[in-house]
Amino acid sequence: MAKRRLDYLEQLEAESVYIFREVAAQFERPALLFSGGKDSITLVHLAMKAFAPAPIPFPLVHIDTGHNFQEALDYRDQLAAEVGATLVVRKVEDTIRERQLTEPKGKFASRNWLQTYTLLDTIEEFEFDACIGGARRDEEKARAKERIFSVRDEFGQWNPKLQRPELWNLYNGRINKGENVRVFPISNWTELDVWRYIQKEGISLPSIYFSHERDVIEHDGQLVAMSPFVRLDESDRILRKRVRYRTVGDMTCTAAVESDASNLDEVINEIILTRISERGETRIDDRVTEAAMEDRKKNGYF
Amino acid sequence: MDLLRFITAGSVDDGKSTLIGRLLYDSKNILSDQLEQLEKQSLNRNGGEIDLALLTDGLRAEREQGITIDVAYRYFSTPKRKFIIADAPGHVQYTRNMITGASNADLIIILIDARQGVVEQTRRHSIIASLLKIPHVVVAINKMDLVNYSEEVYNNIVLDYAQVASQLGLSDVRFFPISALTGDNIVDYSRHTVWYEGPTLLEYLEDVVVAGDINHSLPRFQVQYVLRPQLPELHDYRGYAGKVQSGVYRKGDKVIVLPAGLETTISAVEIGGQEVEEAFAPQSAVIHLSDDIDISRGDAIVASDALPAVQNEVDAIICWLDEKKLIKGNKYYLQHNSRNIRVMVKEIEYRIDVNTLQQEDVLNGISLNEVAKVKIKSSAPLVFDAYADLRANGSAILIDETSNSTVAAVLIQKNPGN
Repeated sequence: MAKRRLDYLEQLEAESVYIFREVAAQFERPALLFSGGKDSITLVHLAMKAFAPAPIPFPLVHIDTGHNFQEALDYRDQLAAEVGATLVVRKVEDTIRERQLTEPKGKFASRNWLQTYTLLDTIEEFEFDACIGGARRDEEKARAKERIFSVRDEFGQWNPKLQRPELWNLYNGRINKGENVRVFPISNWTELDVWRYIQKEGISLPSIYFSHERDVIEHDGQLVAMSPFVRLDESDRILRKRVRYRTVGDMTCTAAVESDASNLDEVINEIILTRISERGETRIDDRVTEAAMEDRKKNGYF
Repeated sequence: MDLLRFITAGSVDDGKSTLIGRLLYDSKNILSDQLEQLEKQSLNRNGGEIDLALLTDGLRAEREQGITIDVAYRYFSTPKRKFIIADAPGHVQYTRNMITGASNADLIIILIDARQGVVEQTRRHSIIASLLKIPHVVVAINKMDLVNYSEEVYNNIVLDYAQVASQLGLSDVRFFPISALTGDNIVDYSRHTVWYEGPTLLEYLEDVVVAGDINHSLPRFQVQYVLRPQLPELHDYRGYAGKVQSGVYRKGDKVIVLPAGLETTISAVEIGGQEVEEAFAPQSAVIHLSDDIDISRGDAIVASDALPAVQNEVDAIICWLDEKKLIKGNKYYLQHNSRNIRVMVKEIEYRIDVNTLQQEDVLNGISLNEVAKVKIKSSAPLVFDAYADLRANGSAILIDETSNSTVAAVLIQKNPGN
């Protein structure tokens, strides 16, 4: 008799595929929020598996801060074309102009917080009732309490004290008009699980995830890419380093790590050996307060 | 490498958060920046000593009040296994959170304070473990350092608990003398308990066999989503996507579609777009049938020789999860896997005291955190197995039609026949 035993990556995949199918069945207008990062790339791959041989039955939506890495944008366009999905791009730049928002100031002025405005406008524009995101519970303390189906009110707000109990694998996606649900199919995956799955499935990634030469400045122990969006001070020295990215967000709030890892095996080895968490090493915006993520989520962020 | 999901039940006083912190810390799953933050917080609150409990408090309110309110999920892995911990609060007013965390668990860790022994809370957690049929129970007798690592104290608690376990029918129960604070017998052996000859807690968690808990003999599959690609080259494609809840599905198998009762044969099985020999639990698959019959979301495809129950009225144990009371005669949506049916709670037979298992008369409805035995009448036939026989096909939730809230966990019982 066959062994009939799934390893942990196969179990995680089966669970995520199940969640994707629940979304397609329970909602009228779902969307997959795509950033060009490895987590949302993994989501697209899982969605393809969930609905094969049919195409993914919802659009990919990118909220473009204007501070993205070009490599990630190129990859986004190529992937959307490859999988035959509709790609919706909405720019934070436009929201800032139309809604007269104030741009954050400072050395690494990040539009991360302003993304929420564009996201909520986009949800309203297309009447999306479910937005699928690549957030994982291992990333951060507030996310550890997040549901797989996370109901948001018409302001996109998360209320951690009023979450629906989520039992077995039963996901209750019933909402009132104007509300929406954020769905996190890879909630139970860790950073390393995602990397190992990418390796196992042979998923391609934007080149910035692998070692390359780049001009950076060192700030507070972190390496930030030189870009038009970073304000240079006199004391800054521009260094040429071999780096890779462990996460891909905005150029202003994602830090690079020094590395010679040029393929998946080497990257995974480095991640196994590293003693610093993904967010701690690479996210400049999370270092503000202990509750930074909780606050952003309450305001409609992912 | 496989996956173990477990729940830790207990309150801050039992050292639950400290135990989780210790498991993560000693198995080297805490990274240096997280540790640095922990040291900083500990300095603010505890005057220096690292407080592993602080690792697990996620929300601001929890940190401020020093309590766990909601279920949090933690992840760690060793070379042998990936672990998912449902970290749930232990007090009676959070019974619903504990049930939520327990619903997916293969194993439960029940913490006992060695100085206090088996107390009301221990019984409650054990009753919930038995109600939800968690297959494996670990009793962690904690704070052994505070009873001088006494073998006698440990043995007495083991004897006391063995009685509780036999009353409740808990079968696989294992005991560990530990100290979460000092790390005894959690990841590393304690030099204080030379009389203890069993494995450390982590060794046991790494080795306990859970694959055997999956049922491969009773084929159960519910249609989640009908795949009909609107593509010219796949004009005739019609696949039924869903998860194999239990059993095995193969091409050529004779099956029945329920509740309609139509017989047909499986013509192909696919996973991730590839045709496969067979699909088994818990895989997500696509099933093709040789006859063109009308099938939609929520229909069950089952083996013709091992049928589930098909009934319009069921007995169930429910745990009430909502602030609004359950009142006899109320109508709800019942979500049973991918099937949604309108139902009415026709009868509330009795309330079950979760501390004693006593049955109590119900005069005034069922409130938040209460457990009750009810009769549910549904507007269409339910296709199910008793929860005790097959967790995946005997569990459901009730949804309030007016608030959309998930208001109850439903464990469908074996019917005495009607």
